[in-house]
Amino acid sequence: MKAVVFERSLPRFAAARLASTLGSGRGARVAPLRLVDADPPALPGDGWHHVSPVLAGICGSDLATIDGRSSRYFEPLVSFPFVPGHEVVGTIAVEATGADHNPIPAGSRVVVQPVLGCAARGMTRWCRSCREGNPGNCEHTSLGHLRPGIQIGYCTDTGGGWSTAGLVAHESQLYQVAEPMSDADAVTVEPLACALHAVVAAGIREDQVVAVLGAGTLGLATVAALSHLVDRGALGQPGAVAVGARYEIQRRLAERFGADVVVAPDQLGRAIRRQARSMVVGGPAGARLTSGADVVFDCVGSSESIAAALEIVRPRGTVVLVGMPGRVHLDLAPLWHREVHLVGAYAYGTEALGAVTLPTFQLALEAASAMGTGQLVSATYPLERFEEAVAHAGAAGRRGAVKIAFDLRSSTRGGRR
Amino acid sequence: MTPRPGFVLEVDGSTPPTLLWNGEGFVLERLPEGTRVIYPPEPLPPLADPVAAIRDALEHPVGGTPPLRALLRPGMRLTICFDDVSLPLPPMRAPDVRQMVIEQVLDLAAAAGVDDVVLIAALALHRRMTEAELRHALGDRIYEAFAPHGLLTQHDAEDPDNLIDLGRTAEGEEVEINRRAAESDLIVYVNICLVAMDGGHKSVATGLASYRSLRHHHNPTTMRHSRSFMDAPSSELHSSNWRMGRHIAASGVKVFQIETTLNTDTFPSQFAFLQRREWEWSLRDRAAYAASAAALDAVPKRIARQIFHAIEAPHQMTSVQAGEVEAVHELALEHIWRQQGVAVEGQTDILTMGLPYICPYNVHSVMNPILVACLGLGYFFNLYRGKPLVRQGGVVIMRHPTRAEFDPAYHPSYIDFYEQVLTETTDPIEMHKLYEESFATDPWYIHLYRTGHAYHGVHPFYMWYWCAHALEHLGRVIVVGGDTKAVRRMGFSPASTLADALELARDVVGPSPTITHLHVPPLLMADVR
Repeated sequence: MKAVVFERSLPRFAAARLASTLGSGRGARVAPLRLVDADPPALPGDGWHHVSPVLAGICGSDLATIDGRSSRYFEPLVSFPFVPGHEVVGTIAVEATGADHNPIPAGSRVVVQPVLGCAARGMTRWCRSCREGNPGNCEHTSLGHLRPGIQIGYCTDTGGGWSTAGLVAHESQLYQVAEPMSDADAVTVEPLACALHAVVAAGIREDQVVAVLGAGTLGLATVAALSHLVDRGALGQPGAVAVGARYEIQRRLAERFGADVVVAPDQLGRAIRRQARSMVVGGPAGARLTSGADVVFDCVGSSESIAAALEIVRPRGTVVLVGMPGRVHLDLAPLWHREVHLVGAYAYGTEALGAVTLPTFQLALEAASAMGTGQLVSATYPLERFEEAVAHAGAAGRRGAVKIAFDLRSSTRGGRR
Repeated sequence: MTPRPGFVLEVDGSTPPTLLWNGEGFVLERLPEGTRVIYPPEPLPPLADPVAAIRDALEHPVGGTPPLRALLRPGMRLTICFDDVSLPLPPMRAPDVRQMVIEQVLDLAAAAGVDDVVLIAALALHRRMTEAELRHALGDRIYEAFAPHGLLTQHDAEDPDNLIDLGRTAEGEEVEINRRAAESDLIVYVNICLVAMDGGHKSVATGLASYRSLRHHHNPTTMRHSRSFMDAPSSELHSSNWRMGRHIAASGVKVFQIETTLNTDTFPSQFAFLQRREWEWSLRDRAAYAASAAALDAVPKRIARQIFHAIEAPHQMTSVQAGEVEAVHELALEHIWRQQGVAVEGQTDILTMGLPYICPYNVHSVMNPILVACLGLGYFFNLYRGKPLVRQGGVVIMRHPTRAEFDPAYHPSYIDFYEQVLTETTDPIEMHKLYEESFATDPWYIHLYRTGHAYHGVHPFYMWYWCAHALEHLGRVIVVGGDTKAVRRMGFSPASTLADALELARDVVGPSPTITHLHVPPLLMADVR
C-alpha cells in the first residue's frame, strides 16, 4: 500500500516556495512530498474506524502547503509527517456508529468530516464550541490523545486521503453516503460544507446583492450553496449573485449552479456597480463605488482578492473570507470608513436554518446531491502520478478543470480512470 | 464638369485593387473577378451662395407656412433646436451649416424684437457636446452670445422638470419632449440631412424626446420592421416618428423646420484619393495613398486616431428648405437621393464593405466593437431602398480591426454591455427583455449622461437594435482583420484575410456566390431593383 507523505524539511519547503513562483502546484516536485510504502494507521482508541479512500480531492489549502505558501500560524496546529487529503469519500470495513448516531453498515461509503475536535481528541471535558456542535472552532485542537493537527490530512496519527493504506476517523466524523449519490458528488461534500457554512454565516437577506470572488472549487461551491439554501427555503432569493470567473469552465459551472451574472474577474467591480446601482467617486485610476454588494465571498484569500472585496462591498456590508488567507498586505481604510464586517468562515459545524439546526456535513450531503456538485471533479489520477495531479490542480482553471482528485481504486490497479 | 452619377463596376482582370476602409487606415484588396463594386456619385455642385439660399428658404417656406419673419414677434418665446455632434460625418469644415442657418434665424428674430430666445442641442440620448464642438457647430459669435447666459442648452432626456408629457399617439406611444421647446411659441429646428432617415418629424420627436418616449420606436421590433431606415414607406421607425410628430403638432407645438442637404465632398485634398475610383487614380493619388498607408502603419494607433478625427470634411450645402415639417422633408429627400442614389440590379449573395474610423456615435472618440457592428449592420447594410443589397440568408463581410477598446467617458455603459450583456446573449429581443431597463434606469449612467459627456445607459442597446434587421436577415457576418475575441463575442466569424472570409462565406451561400462591394464612404444609397 502506498501513501503520499509530507515531511518537515526546511530546505525543501524553501525550494517548493521558490518553485511555486512559477505557478501554483509547481512545488510538488521539490516539496517534502514523497510516495512511500505505508501501512494503515493504528486506531487511536475507541470509536475510531479505518476508512479506505475511494476518491480524495486536492484542495487549495493542500496546494498552499505543498508550495510553502501556508501561513506560519498553522505550524503548531500540524504534526509531521502527515498524509494530506481531507476531502475524502471512502468505505468502512467494520460497522460504525455515524456522527448522527445511526449505524453505518460495514462496506458502506462514508464521507469524512475531517476536523479533529474534542470528540476525536478524546477530551473528557469538551470545549464550548464542540459542546455547541462546532468542532471547527475547537478550543482544544492539538490537545488530547492525538498529536497536533486541525484536520485529518494534517495530523500524523490519522493519516489522510492521499493513501491506499487508508486513514482513521472517529465515528463523530463519519457520514454515510446514501445510494445513488456518485463518488464524485460525495468527494465534493467537504468543500461544499465549507461553502454552506460561509453562506449561512453571511446572513444574506432577500434581494441583497452577492458577489463571489474566485470561481475555483470553493467559489463554485459557494454559488451552489447559495442556490441550494434558496431552493430549500432557508434563504431569501438574493437580488443578484455575481461571480468573477476567469475561465470558460468556471463560467459555465457558475451559471449552471445559479449565478445571475458571470464576468471576468476584472469586470466584477463593474458588474457589482450595476447590480447595486452604485455611483462612483474618483477618476478612472482610482474609481471607487459609493455603494456595492451586500455580501462578498472571497474564495481566493490573497491580498488582492481581499482588497478587491473591500472595494466592492457596500458600507456596513459583509466580506466573508472563504478561501484560506495567509499573511496579507491591505489598506484597511475602506473597512474602517465603511464599517465593513470582515468575517472568517472556516470549515463547518452546526447550522441554524430558521427553526432547524443540523450539522453542516448533513446539509452538504443533501446539497451535493441536489446540485450535482460532482460536476466540479474534472480529472482523477492514480496516487503514483501525484506530482502530475498536483500540477494539474495548481493549473486547474487554465487547463479547463476545477477539482482534481486521486482515485485510490485506480491506484491499487496502477491505472487512471 | 458635370458630376458623374453612381456607378456599378464589374471587376475583371484589368481592374486595379479596390480600396477598403479598415478603421483608422485602409487597404487595397484585389476583389474576385465578377464582383460588383458600387461607387457613390460624385459630389454635386454646392449652392453658389448658401447664405442667400438660406434667406430665401426662410422667406419662402413650403407647405403653406408663412415666412419666418411673419412668425416672429416681440414677447414671444423662440426656441432654436439643432442637430448634435453626430451630424455631419466627418464634422464639416467651418462654417458649419448650423451656424450659417442659425445666424440668419437670429438676425430675423432680432429684427422682429424677439428677446426670449433659447438654443437647444437636440441630442436625445446622445452625449452632451463639448464646448469646442458647440463652438464649431454654432460659431464663436453665437456661442458667446448665448452660452454665458445659460441660453445655449443641451436637451436633457432625464430632467423631469424640463420634460412635458404630451399624451399618447393613436398607437399608444407616449410622447414626452423638452418642455422649453414644447411651451415655446415657435420651435425652429435646424437640421442636417446627411442620409435619408435624418430629419422630418424625427428631428423633434426623437431629438427632443425622453427615454420613455424613445423606447416606443428604438426597440428591436421596430428596427426589424424598418426595411430600410432610409426608405420611409418601409420604415416602422419612420412611421412611429411621424405619428409622434403629428401628435406633437396636434398638441399645439409649432415647428418651423429647416433642412439642409450636403454634397458628398467628404475628405480634404490630402485624402482626395478616398473618393476617387481606383482606376482613375493619378500619380499624385497613388503617392498620397502610399504615403498615408505607410505613415498610418508607422504611427501608434492613438496618433492615427487623432489624425483621422482631426479631419474636417469639405462638405458643402446642396439645398436648404424651410417650412412645414413634412413638406420640407420631402424636398430634402429628393436632394439626398439625387446626390446619393445608385441604381443596382438585383441582390447579392455576399456583401463586402470596409468600415471607416467614424460613425455617428464616436466623433472624437474610439469606435468600439458595438459601434463597429452598428456601422456595418445598422447603417451600411441599410443603405438601400427596395430590397437589401444582400439576399436573405446571405453573408456580410466587414473589414475593421474591431478592437475591444472603449472610451470610458463617452461610452461607459458600452463597456458593461460588452462584458455583461454580449457575454450572455446577442439576441436583440432577449437583451431588450432582460437587460434594457436596468441599463436605462441606472442612476450612475444617468448621472454621467446628465453631467458628463456620456451616452445614455441604454444607448448600446439601441446600437445593437440597429443591427436587428441585418442579424435576422443574414446567414453569417464575417469580420476581416478584427480582434477574434471581440468578433466572436458579438456572434460574428473572424477571418484574417478577405480570401479566408470568402471561403467561410461559401459555406453559407454556396460555392459560386455573387459578390458585391459597397464602396463607402463617401455615402451612397442603393436603389435595389
